[in-house]
Amino acid sequence: MAISKDEHIVKRYDQDLTHLRNLVLEMGGLVEDQVNRAMDALDEEDIAEAREVIARDQLINGLEVKADEASISLVALRQPLASDLRLVMSLYKAVTDLERIGDEAERIARMVVHIYDTAVSPPSNKLFRDVLAMAELAKAMLHGALDALARVDADKAIAVAQSDHDLDNQFQDGMRRLITYMMEDPRLIGHAIDVIFMLRSLERIGDHAKNIAEYVIYLVKGKDIRHTALPEPSEQTLQTG
Amino acid sequence: MNTTATTINSATHQGTLIVAQAEAPLKTGPRVIDYNDRRTVGDITVPDPKMVCRDVNVYYGENHAIKTVSIDIGNRQVTSLIGPSGCGKSTFLRCLNRMNDTIPGCRVTGEITIDKENIYDKNLDVVQLRARVGMVFQKPNPFPKSIFENIAYGPHIHGLAANKRELGELVETCLIKAGLWEEVKDRLEEAGTGLSGGQQQRLCIARAISVNPEVILMDEPCSALDPIATARIEELMDELRENYAIVIVTHSMQQAARVSQRTAYFHLGDLIEVGDTEQIFTNPQHRLTEDYITGRFG
Repeated sequence: MAISKDEHIVKRYDQDLTHLRNLVLEMGGLVEDQVNRAMDALDEEDIAEAREVIARDQLINGLEVKADEASISLVALRQPLASDLRLVMSLYKAVTDLERIGDEAERIARMVVHIYDTAVSPPSNKLFRDVLAMAELAKAMLHGALDALARVDADKAIAVAQSDHDLDNQFQDGMRRLITYMMEDPRLIGHAIDVIFMLRSLERIGDHAKNIAEYVIYLVKGKDIRHTALPEPSEQTLQTG
Repeated sequence: MNTTATTINSATHQGTLIVAQAEAPLKTGPRVIDYNDRRTVGDITVPDPKMVCRDVNVYYGENHAIKTVSIDIGNRQVTSLIGPSGCGKSTFLRCLNRMNDTIPGCRVTGEITIDKENIYDKNLDVVQLRARVGMVFQKPNPFPKSIFENIAYGPHIHGLAANKRELGELVETCLIKAGLWEEVKDRLEEAGTGLSGGQQQRLCIARAISVNPEVILMDEPCSALDPIATARIEELMDELRENYAIVIVTHSMQQAARVSQRTAYFHLGDLIEVGDTEQIFTNPQHRLTEDYITGRFG
């Protein structure tokens, strides 16, 4: 609620908060890029790009450590309270989810290498239909969550958290279709299992994006809505906070 | 946010409770409270209050120091009063045992009760009231007497001990409760003023509890103490709150957060917000509270 736009009396405090925020947003941008590139690598059967994604995960891990240090030193040295406290805690938790999304992107990239860097003939395109569809929604959720975090926009965050349900449904549909393919043609089983792992990664990316969105809602509203039914965004929610 | 939040419309001097509509969480988001809105936010009431203050105004001559403040003081809990210098928190604290009576030109209106008894009643014995509502000050102020006499003086004049032996036991009990016994038991005849600052403050707390008070008021009790002595006093407050209602004025927000269960924020004589300490420090509803506790306000 009451989130003040004014500066702190101690200017250094504002600089510390901005530093942490920038680290997390930088990490978010990098993670989003990793997911996009991993999916591009899959789409274009580009093993070199996939290998680059795998290598770049180290950068994300490095940023995670830096952001965690910045959070801990803020708590130790500034004792943040009220909206400052909610900001630091939200960013601190978002960092963990971002790092995991980075891991999922790396996992997808490893799958791309695994699938295309062998003598075995590449899988038929129909297996990837659900992966590409899910990737669009997962990427949109991640983008939305990061945007909500950058703009401190609770309504955008609510919309992101709500779309996780659609992603879960797509995951279930995709799994059902893969099972059908495998029953029709057992020769597809090897590739289908690879695809299942990718679907799983995308579903997790959605879960982490939802978590980040929930931290944003907590940051703005001071209310923990995790593990509760989400309200429909309404005129009223647009006006509060 | 707080579905039990109520608003006191103090501006109308009616003290009526306007209960915020309890809707689905999130949708209730409290109104964005304007900087200029001086009505108290939060629930001023507690179940089974020890003291009840309604529409309290304090004037120092022309100066309106406390503006229609209403709040309950809960039993067996610590209530902290916070706010910038000159916001009236100490003035308000001093209303609770009529310490303001001693200030010339000071006028108090409204109602303050302890166990439903009006403390500004003309027939009330102020000395008796101040025994029931004890006070500990910013600067430790032991009497220039021995440690023993510092504690024994109050019980003696209030006739709380029948003989020397009982008095001795009472002094020991109070010093034990104040966590000072082990440090002074072998030198009870030495001057109280010879103790360290932290020990002196615990001596003053022992003195305050020696007359069986029901409420203990503390006006920045740790501001002259080092962190270790401060921690001792805070630990002591946590133990004492099992038997007393404690009200503390503090400039340290961390201290308010550590020791109190309820926090009230004052600003220029208005009670701006009151609520559970955890809520006040994680999710205050009023911008003035937010700005003060996040260090954005001078």
